[in-house]
Formats: sequence, C-alpha cells, structure tokens
Amino acid sequence: MTIAFKPDETYRGDYTYRNSDAAILRFPFPFPEDSYMYSVNIEPHVRGGFTPVYDNPIDVDEHYIAECRDKAITLERDPGRYAALPHMMTAQWDALEMLMECLSTDYPALFSLHKDGDHWTWINRPLGLEQSFTFGKEETLPCEPFEYITRQVQGDFALLDQRNGTLYLDAGMVTSQADWSLQFDVGMDFMEWHGPVPLAHQAGVFERALKFLLMLRQGQPMRRLNWTMTVNPRLDTSPETYPEWGPDRTQLTLDNIGRKLHLRVELQTLWRLPRSNAILFPLRCYLASLDELVRVPKWGRRLHRVLSTLPRELAEYKGMVRFLPTALEYLSAHDDGAPTRSGCAAEISTL
Amino acid sequence: MTGDQLKLRVAAIQDIAPTLRLVRFENADAGPLPPSATGAHLQVVLQAPDKQIRNAYSLISKPGSRDVYEIIVRRVPASRGGSAYIHEQLKTGDLLTTSWPGNLFAPQRSARKHIMIAGGIGITPFLSYVADFANKGIDYELHLCCREEEKDSFAPWLPEPDKVFMHWDADGHRLDIPALLLRQPANTHLYVCGPDFLTDDVLEAAEAGGWPDNHVHCERFGSALSGGEAFRAVLQRSGKQIEVGEHESLLEAIEREGVEVPCLCRGGACGVCLTSVLDGEPQHRDHYLSKTERASGKHIMPCVSRARGGGLLVLDL
Ligand code: HEM
Ligand code: FES
Repeated sequence: MTIAFKPDETYRGDYTYRNSDAAILRFPFPFPEDSYMYSVNIEPHVRGGFTPVYDNPIDVDEHYIAECRDKAITLERDPGRYAALPHMMTAQWDALEMLMECLSTDYPALFSLHKDGDHWTWINRPLGLEQSFTFGKEETLPCEPFEYITRQVQGDFALLDQRNGTLYLDAGMVTSQADWSLQFDVGMDFMEWHGPVPLAHQAGVFERALKFLLMLRQGQPMRRLNWTMTVNPRLDTSPETYPEWGPDRTQLTLDNIGRKLHLRVELQTLWRLPRSNAILFPLRCYLASLDELVRVPKWGRRLHRVLSTLPRELAEYKGMVRFLPTALEYLSAHDDGAPTRSGCAAEISTL
Repeated sequence: MTGDQLKLRVAAIQDIAPTLRLVRFENADAGPLPPSATGAHLQVVLQAPDKQIRNAYSLISKPGSRDVYEIIVRRVPASRGGSAYIHEQLKTGDLLTTSWPGNLFAPQRSARKHIMIAGGIGITPFLSYVADFANKGIDYELHLCCREEEKDSFAPWLPEPDKVFMHWDADGHRLDIPALLLRQPANTHLYVCGPDFLTDDVLEAAEAGGWPDNHVHCERFGSALSGGEAFRAVLQRSGKQIEVGEHESLLEAIEREGVEVPCLCRGGACGVCLTSVLDGEPQHRDHYLSKTERASGKHIMPCVSRARGGGLLVLDL
C-alpha cells in the first residue's frame, strides 16, 4: 500500500488541511444511529470494520507528515505538552516497543525496526529519521522513549498507571486535545479527570468503563470513538492556547460554515502494556469539514438528525451552543427525511 | 501485538528439587513471544487422556523476555491433575496451547520499597519481581517460608541474595510477621503469595499494624478467567438447547449455535448484550446491571454471566 502524503498542508495560520476523496470515505464517522448519548461504547480493537481506519491497530494516513510537523511546532512553543512521572519509565519503553512493532509490521515500506538483542535500529522513512539505541537505556535516545516515539505517531497519547483500584494519568503527549490540559490533569485518577463531563457520571458510564478497563488484557486492545466539533482544521485546541482559537467560534456564517466547521473524531484505543502493567491510551484525531462530510448522503442526513436532538448539556460541554443553529441550517439542506440504516458505514464506494 | 492464544513447544524440563519441576517453553509459531511481565501468569491447557486441564502458572522468566517462558510447578498430592500431568507426562518437544500472559499481580510502580512474603511455591511470582527490581535498583526484601531442605532451590533466580531471607519451621528461623511489618518505611508495599493460612496471617498483621489496604496485595489466580461450572441454556425463540462448557462464556456458546446476540465490549461493561431471562437463576458477573436489576434476575449479560450452581437458564433468544 502506498500513501500519498500531503506534507505541506497546515493545521494553523492559512489552514490548508483538506481530505482527499479516499480520506473522506474512510472517515471514522461516529454515529451508528440518528441520535447520540454517552454510553460505554467500547469494543474489541480487532482488524477490520466499517472503515479502513480499523485495518491496522495503529492507523497512518495521508496527513501523517503534516500532523507530525504540527505536533513539533506545538511542542516547541510549549514543551509542557509532554509530561511523564518518574515511575512511568518502564511503561515508556513498553509503549515505544508496542508502537514501533505495530508500525514496522503493518507499514514495512515506511518504517523498519531491526533488533540485535537490546541493540535496536529504528528507521522512519517519511520523516527521514534513523536512530540506533539500546532498549531500556534512556541515555541512548535524544529524549525520553515515550516522547521519542509519540513525536512520530499521529494523535495524542496517555499512559495510565493502575493502582488503588483505579487508573492514574501519569504520563502524556498531548498536542491535539479537545480543550483539556495535560498539565492540569497529570497525576489525576479516572474519576477526577472525567469530573467535568456532564450526564455520564449519573448514568454510571464511568464506573462501568473503569471496572472494565482494570481487567484489560495484554494482546486484546479495545477501542471507542469520541467526537466534538472544531472551527478550522486545528489540532491544537488546548485551554493554554484558547485565545488563538476560541474566538473563531463567533466567525461562522451560513456561507462559511461548510468549509470552516469540522467534525472532530477521536479514535481512542486502550492497550495493556506488558512489563509495566500500565495502559497505553492513544487518542487519534480525525477532522472533516461539513462540506466534506455531506458528500456522503447518509452522513449528511444523520449528522443533521444527531445535532438537532443533541442533549443541551452535551452541546454546552462541547462548546457548540453558539454555532449550532447555523450548523443545523446548513445541514438541513442535506437531510431529505429519508430513513437511514443503522451503523456508521458510508454505504457508497465513490464520491 | 494482538492475540489471545499461543502455541508453545516444551524446550526443556529440569527437576530443581524432588517435587519442583522447571519447564521452559519456546514459541512454536514464528517470531518472538509477547513480552512476559513482572507478576504475570500463563494459563496453560494440558491435554490429559480423559480431560482438558487449565491451570495458571506464574512466569518466572526475566520480565520482558520474548524468547522463552519458564514456569516452576510443584508436585502436589491433591493435584487437580495439572501438576501430576506436568510431573509425569509432559516431555520435551510437546506442543501446548496457552493464553497470552495475563497479570493480576503487578508490583506498584510508585512504591518506595517492596516487601514480598512467599510460602513455598508461592515464591514463583516474586522471581520476576526480584529480576525486575535488581535490574532497576529498586529497594525490596523477599521473605520465603519453606521447608529447610528447599531453601536453596531458587538460588539461580535470586540475583541479590542479601535481600532474600529464608524462614522455616524451627526455633530461631520462623518469620515474625508483625516485627517485619513494623520496621518498614512509609510507602512500602506488601505482597503475599502462598497457602491461605500464610496469606491470612499476613493480612491480619497488616491490618493490626495499620497498613493502608491499598498497600497490601495478594495473588488471586483465576478471578479473571471467564469460565465456571458448565450449565445448559434454552434459547426459547430459536428453539435450541445449548451446553455451555466450563471454559467458554454463555455468549460464545450461543454464537457457536449460530444465534446472534448484539454485543460490543464482550466484558460486561457496555450493556449491549442484555438478554431477558425467562426462567432460571443467573449468576451475575457484569458491571452493567444495578443491584435491583440483579436481584430481580430478569436480565443477564451473557458475555460474562452464567447460571447459578450450574442450573438451567431459559433465555428470550
Ligand atoms: C483510560 C483512558 C482515558 C483517558 C486518559 C480519558 C481522558 C479524558 C479526558 C481528559 C476528557 C476530557 C475531560 C474534560 O472535559 O476535562 C475525557 C472526556 C470523556 N471521556 Fe474519557 N478518558 C479515558 C477513557 C475513557 C473511556 C474508557 C470512556 C468510556 C465511556 C470515556 C468516556 C469519556 C466521555 C464520554 C467524555 C466526554 C467527551 C465529550 O463529550 O467530548 N473515557 N476523557
Ligand atoms: S457485550 Fe458489553 S456487556 Fe456484554
């Protein structure tokens, strides 16, 4: 498989990020029904599913190079987006091994990993990197192992330590989050960092999800989709940079909303790591504009229906209240009232 | 890096004491094994002539080991068959099916010091602990209570003999648990693995000594296993009667019969597989149903739950 990278697209400034037709068709559309509410939407992360995004445990797509560059810019401006507590070093090496093995096995033309005992050589062709190092020896890498590898994989990453019957957010690489802060959340437990989420606690969603995660097994990763909406194809929507992107929400009009408003889907996967017994939590962000999404008729219809019935608390929490009426007006033109079939699949193969 | 079953070949067998047998496995499939872990165990399927036996054994290999897995098995008179099979029948070259390594007994990485108390063969999970701790320079003490003649059997796996203390049943050699617990610095974590009477003594002493619950850990094999007593279920609408074996879930047995049940997490959390019970008493193991829903017995999550006492369940499927 060859991926036609788009190395020059941007996630800030002139925002030249766009999806190819193939990227639109493979978008992990998160709504299996015409309405949405929080639930324990966790399923085994096995290969294959309604989108090719699920074909490999770690997905690499046409935005890879541009996204890694955007991450580097964010880290340059704010090194605090990466943090790891000292007891997470074993988990860091676990994560590096897991990610390097997944990438080199599933994308051999792009990545290779050569091992000679503990002496490893990693080659990343798209980014033009080659690094020899000793597994388990931090001083043989240019930075900590978790930082080293997560700079080279799309999305955000958290490492959770399991103790006291809960999970602690004890390390993270977080440059494309939906308005939450690693610096604020680091060291918190599962219930604490989920504190701000409305309705889900009362519905028992977090209690069940946590009990389930505590029993997560090595070799059997799980996944779930989460979503929000973002103005402009911007990855760095953190509280720290709110002044740079918050005001964009007031700039939407019926004329520009199709181009500017993006559905932001996080593919979250959960992996039990071997040596550390920690959990690796990659949060991979996929962005598609309304204009792009409505090219799939089922998705246009469904997005309209989901947003028009979205519980008020969710719209408020996700920061959508101000532009929701405009979005609904735009989407209503793409909803002819025809019935939709359950499931997320696009149900077409060309646009 | 994903899967649930391994095919292993017995690479070597060695008796390290009259009743202690070391078994070394290598991968019968291509490629390295999944990394073994500190405190991890392997569920091994043994094919005895008359039945299948599944036992969990601690991996004593160096944590992270991907070329071989090692276990030590004690020959016990009251064996369920597993230990007798390994001591009498298993030979080099045999092929076995096992689970991926699982871990219900990982050390707490944020602890300042680790105290491990083992009774006899209960030392096995701690052999990977000491390899890990010695490698990283982490502070620990390992106390082994065993028969005097076995005190040297584990020496090859103990990299720092000065941190290991042997105790046996003779004056001057017994372990004084309360005194041991008393002299530990703050943020020490305590682990115990051994016969029930030892575990009980340690837990009692820890409680009496004011140790926080979350600093005290004991190995509990089996609580993550999906199986249980075999039972029968009637799928009313499909007109089928199914047998649910000891080692499969109700959901797996239903699927085997070609009846579809919507499911998502397959672990008792999401609620998607909720099924109505028309008759029979469920033994609930899910995290989904509320207390009242459980008590009413009207619903079951077949991905994890079973029939109480091996009874019959009639389901609306
Ligand atoms: C264990 C790894 C996980 C981490 C590190 C994590 C982290 C987070 C964070 C930081 C937030 C934002 C909270 C805020 O507003 O400050 C969040 C939101 C949320 N999380 Fe998690 N989470 C994890 C697992 C899960 C799981 C397994 C579920 C399953 C139900 C879940 C459900 C949610 C939901 C429903 C929200 C609200 C999202 C929205 O509406 O945009 N999380 N999570
Ligand atoms: S499949 Fe999720 S509770 Fe059974």
